[in-house]
Amino acid sequence: MAVLLFRVDERLIHGQVVVGWGTRLHPDRIIVVDDDLAASDWEQELYTLGLPEPVRGSFEPVHAARAQLAAWTASAERIVVLTRDLSTMRRLGEGGGLAGREVNIGGIHHAAGRDRVLPYVFLGAAERDEIRKLVEDGALVAARDLPTARAVDAATLLQAE
Amino acid sequence: MSETRPLRGIVIAHGDMAEGLVTAVRHITGVEEDVLVALSNREKSPDDLAGLVAEHLEGGPAVLFTDLQSGSCGFAARRLTRERPDVPVICGVNLPLLVDFVMHRDMDVGALLERLVEKGRGSIVAIQPTDSGAHGGSAVPRG
Repeated sequence: MAVLLFRVDERLIHGQVVVGWGTRLHPDRIIVVDDDLAASDWEQELYTLGLPEPVRGSFEPVHAARAQLAAWTASAERIVVLTRDLSTMRRLGEGGGLAGREVNIGGIHHAAGRDRVLPYVFLGAAERDEIRKLVEDGALVAARDLPTARAVDAATLLQAE
Repeated sequence: MSETRPLRGIVIAHGDMAEGLVTAVRHITGVEEDVLVALSNREKSPDDLAGLVAEHLEGGPAVLFTDLQSGSCGFAARRLTRERPDVPVICGVNLPLLVDFVMHRDMDVGALLERLVEKGRGSIVAIQPTDSGAHGGSAVPRG
């Protein structure tokens, strides 16, 4: 079944992902792509606390994830891939690795220089630039916090500038 | 927890849950406003939420109460304990547990935590329906 969801969410593994998306997609594995987390055993332990059996969690730095992306997309496993920010997702798919794939924006919260676009999406110039680059690389970017919510596409997100 | 001031409670939860719990406890017990703080994760990044909790911890010794152990609120609390291992955390907060906390917050912390977990678990009961349509004394405490 390959990768069922590519999601950008600052909270990474949390209730919306495990319960909201998990009960809809039934993933075998949730892969967090993050250079810092891939090097932090205690944080990995913290994040995997909430995974229900038999869902497994794994943590990969970006360079290793890029090397495995094709295998993940062809895998028999049902996989969810998470990054905490748009920049990491863009680096993961740089060169067309995410072409034709939906990239779900599930949570980018308030920070200095970001405007509220949706209750769970705040974008500044840097985030908008990353969305444009993902779209240029062929990714289908859309914001949707839960599977039952209406998807908001990249053009609409960028219009809100 | 070397300070002798009575503990405060910082409740961290999804949506309006913390505010609802704290309002209910105040309504039931009449406890002073500063004993409990309600924080929501709504529209907050993990760093923002952790920063907010840390600010409130500067006000004196406190217990952190969170809803889901594995949600963003639980993560924020657990993350903070890396730098503040003296701060106790209880995940899975409910109203009976929080009411008990404000009534017994001058207890020894270790004993208090054990008491609160027992209280929270023990407050969950299933009242089984009966064939007659009446619910007749079959409450089953959990835990």
